[in-house]
Amino acid sequence: MFKNILLATDGSAHSQRAVEQAIQMVSPYKNEVTIELVYAVDGEVSKEDILQYGDSHTATIKRKEKFYETIKEIEANGLTADITILHGDPAESIIEYSNERSYDCVVVGSRGRNKLQTLILGSVSHKLMKYIKAPVMVVK
Amino acid sequence: MSAQTLKEQWFGNVKGDVMAGIVVALALIPEAIAFSIIAGVDPMVGLYASFCISVVIAFVGGRPGMISAATGAMALVMITLVAEHGLEYMLAATILTGVFQILFGVFNLARFMKFIPRSVMVGFVNALAILIFTSQLQHFVDESWIIYVLVGITLAIIYLFPLLTKSVPSPLVAIIVVSFIAIYMNAGVRNVGDMGDLSQTLPLFAIPDIPLNMETFMIILPYALALTIVGLLESLLTASIVDDMTDTESNKNQESRGQGLSNIVAGFFGGMAGCAMIGQSVINVKSGGRGRLSSLVAGVFLMFLILALGNVVVQIPMAALAGVMIMVAIGTFDWSSLRNLNRVPKTDAAVMVVTVATVVYTHNLAYGVLAGVLLSMIFFAVKISKVRVLSLYVNEGRKKIYYVQGQLFFASVTDFVSSINFKDEVDLVEIDLTQSHLWDDSAIGALDSVETKFEQRGIEVQFKGLNGESSRLLNRLGGISKDASH
Repeated sequence: MFKNILLATDGSAHSQRAVEQAIQMVSPYKNEVTIELVYAVDGEVSKEDILQYGDSHTATIKRKEKFYETIKEIEANGLTADITILHGDPAESIIEYSNERSYDCVVVGSRGRNKLQTLILGSVSHKLMKYIKAPVMVVK
Repeated sequence: MSAQTLKEQWFGNVKGDVMAGIVVALALIPEAIAFSIIAGVDPMVGLYASFCISVVIAFVGGRPGMISAATGAMALVMITLVAEHGLEYMLAATILTGVFQILFGVFNLARFMKFIPRSVMVGFVNALAILIFTSQLQHFVDESWIIYVLVGITLAIIYLFPLLTKSVPSPLVAIIVVSFIAIYMNAGVRNVGDMGDLSQTLPLFAIPDIPLNMETFMIILPYALALTIVGLLESLLTASIVDDMTDTESNKNQESRGQGLSNIVAGFFGGMAGCAMIGQSVINVKSGGRGRLSSLVAGVFLMFLILALGNVVVQIPMAALAGVMIMVAIGTFDWSSLRNLNRVPKTDAAVMVVTVATVVYTHNLAYGVLAGVLLSMIFFAVKISKVRVLSLYVNEGRKKIYYVQGQLFFASVTDFVSSINFKDEVDLVEIDLTQSHLWDDSAIGALDSVETKFEQRGIEVQFKGLNGESSRLLNRLGGISKDASH
């Protein structure tokens, strides 16, 4: 059973769908499940957030606040939820973080880029699938 | 700082720091040359500055992993000084800037940076980006169409090469490729050698050749003050960004002192004033740089490259550097501020736009910051000067109570007094200040005049609900004596 779930999110609608899928997937035993949301901040986002919020502490609080709604939604369904903020390249930092710990399952939303965009920009979900040791579920 | 942390800051990440330092050195060279040309000095002045600053800051800075060198922001401030008085005055201004920055750090003034509103900071980086971009337009003047092609190729390589590999900085690849094209085609475009001397020697200690008198001081003082503000602003902003990227803390006052010392050293060794660089610091952290060693390696490797390859560097066409600077401008601009322009409060948007407009008009980032801060203060005073006064008759209309909500100070007393009706036929007026605060002499004066006007008509006035600080002010300034603070 997937009880200890890591859910990579970027706050987008695709990540929201991943949250809903994850909740549905574990609904038979939902009271035993913890979903840890993980959000990675890269250099560009750091720059924008520091300009907007002034310092790292405030920026971190503001970033966590963005996910309070999602956490409330998960907890309303009877699961336990938490949010972790990582720093660095999204794919690399999430892979490292999840491989250092043991999760039963890692869930990630797929943004649905077209072939050209994927070719140029690469796909975070693809990298996660390839390098994370735990089972990975990509929600389309 | 304990020896343990110092050792960690130097040797905690040797491999990552050395690799990142080399990448940064490669990325620094074109920028140092281009910023020298913006300021109107020989390329060596920017290169010496970048070498001195990054080496010195490695030892004395407060934010390991951050990269400081010659920057566009500082170069832009110095343009007129160089044009009107020459290089030696600029070196003197650089040294004086260093002294001011050390004082700033010694007196722990970093905490006052919080008084610079974020919209001013956003305006600052956007204005910086615009000025870096416009400063490149001169390279297109009097050139054939070939320069557009070369700049286009440069930008294409810069943005597309990372798709192949990210281990080599793409601006460097672009410069090498475009240099080969320009030399091979004999394109006849201007190159770095045309813009000034590039001597392959180590920087030497020298005292700026200027008359040491009051007149000299008054010439360099305004520039040094502007450089101090701009340098610390960008350095402390960058330090916060590196704090956030690495999820670690930094010592902002130590960083201010370090910036000062680096500028003093740079000035005595023939370098222009510099500060921390957002773009380079992001490159450093992304390439794995975390410790002090990364900045040291960047500086030393940069100097080595210039000594070894100086005669190649002069062949670089200005078109390639212009392309790199356009990339720097695009990367510096805070694009999210445009997306958010209609979402943030109108006053914030206005402050941002005024900051940018002032800089673009005066070509001085310090003036923009000043204008932005002043405008924010005015907006703040206007916002906070809104007082709400509600009134209520009691005791069958014989008593009137005024509830005052808001701050009472020089900007708000007029509104306060005008919302009180002195013609009321009542016996007693009670002014409830529970939700208010008295800030200055004008506030006390206003209460005084309200009391006097009512008493002239035989109406008693009572003040209620003064908070502690307000009644202390009242006592100190000796205003209305009776019935204050119930």
